[in-house]
Amino acid sequence: MAKVAAELKYSAEHEWIAADGDGPAVVGVSAVAAEALGDIVYVDLPEVGSTVTAGETCGEIESTKSVSDLYSPVTGEVTEVNDGVVSDPAVINSDPYGAGWLFKVTVTEEGPLLSAQEYAEANGGEL
Amino acid sequence: MTEKYTALYEEHKKLGASFTDFGGWQMPLKYSSELAEHHAVRNAAGLFDLSHMGEVWVTGPAAGAFLDYALVGKLSAIADGKAKYSLICNADGGIIDDLIVYRFSDEKYLVVPNAGNAPTVAAALAERAADFDVTVEDASAATSLIAVQGPKAEAILLTLTDEAQHALVTDLKYYAFNELTIAGHDVILARTGYTGEDGFELFIPNAEAADLWAKVAEAGEEFGIIPCGLASRDSLRLEAGMPLYGNELSLERSPFDAGLGPVVALKSKEGDFVGRSALEASKEAGSKRKLVGLKGLGRRAGRGGYPVLKDGNVVGEVTSGQPSPTLGYPVAMAYVDVEHAELGTALDIDLRGKAEPFEVIALPFYKRQK
Repeated sequence: MAKVAAELKYSAEHEWIAADGDGPAVVGVSAVAAEALGDIVYVDLPEVGSTVTAGETCGEIESTKSVSDLYSPVTGEVTEVNDGVVSDPAVINSDPYGAGWLFKVTVTEEGPLLSAQEYAEANGGEL
Repeated sequence: MTEKYTALYEEHKKLGASFTDFGGWQMPLKYSSELAEHHAVRNAAGLFDLSHMGEVWVTGPAAGAFLDYALVGKLSAIADGKAKYSLICNADGGIIDDLIVYRFSDEKYLVVPNAGNAPTVAAALAERAADFDVTVEDASAATSLIAVQGPKAEAILLTLTDEAQHALVTDLKYYAFNELTIAGHDVILARTGYTGEDGFELFIPNAEAADLWAKVAEAGEEFGIIPCGLASRDSLRLEAGMPLYGNELSLERSPFDAGLGPVVALKSKEGDFVGRSALEASKEAGSKRKLVGLKGLGRRAGRGGYPVLKDGNVVGEVTSGQPSPTLGYPVAMAYVDVEHAELGTALDIDLRGKAEPFEVIALPFYKRQK
């Protein structure tokens, strides 16, 4: 069963967000989503400097089998994107909560977020 | 529709498969990574459960003549021990299904349709058999089908076969079959497949399927065999340029549009067959669109249903598409207006609003080195 990292918060659309301290928050997709998508072969991320809005699409994730929209779990300005996953999207499958992070954002407003426990219960993940 | 399970369902669960519905069947989509499964078949071997496929026996003195009438090919002309790819069409020339026909003797044939179409095909065959001295028996529910595909497939099966029967495996030509004993089970072993690799398909009664599956998996371990799901089966067949019913083939498509004209025996069959006059007319009229291969020049893949564009105008539609794991670029099959179907034509696929460049190239995308 796919792992749900306990220290993170999650959106219903399967993004995770790490917002600890004063710096920008880090956003990625959950292992549950990565596993369901299959082998990820392409990601389209928001541009640095652009504004993302909680609950709205901000990119795409493409696997061998399908294309899915990427939703931002928060509203804010994108400060950095992970070029590593753009060049090697498979990292999202192998390390979704680590090297597979997607972008960093200065949060002005959070969307509705779930605790790891709530997300795991709703989506069949393992804490 | 109630979900159907193959005799190997418990094996798949034990292996940690994720499942998908396919033609009403709960089938393994993948066990680990579909890319790893794809590469295993290209480089070593893969083990597939294809028990959702249908098995319909046609027996009796008129078996050959009946199949010549019921299907578009000349099945009476196949040699014993050989198989042939064919189509079953309706009276309008629409494709009900594509299938493989195995000839055991002039009075005994096995017809293998696709999973979701098996009941329809069995019913159509039974209906068309009314005026022929034949028996049509749908054995789909009792028969399992296991595929061993990849360059190591033969070596793996030989480890499970008595030396006295080795030649029945090694001498088997592509699209031929033998009856022999593998891992202690009497099977029908066919050198057929849907992956573009060398490989075999083994028909076996349900009750024996799990044991055969386990023994092939065990014997194949040192050769690198892994179980493979429908995700890799689809990417493998797409690279091999093989059509999938429901994507490239349907009731609305003529065999000529799909590039399957040679399968339709308009010349070599003198008698009537179901769909004949419609197919003659559709051949005469020519195709407006034909099935082509598309190679992506960027990284994005086209998917089934996406429009194909020329200078911003819709000139076709993708039927199957994804990144090719073997070739490293996106590939797609699409129906395209014949005036834009020439090899080398530059086209775009409308990827959710973005035009992505593709080029018409010859099928298959991938051909194994022999």
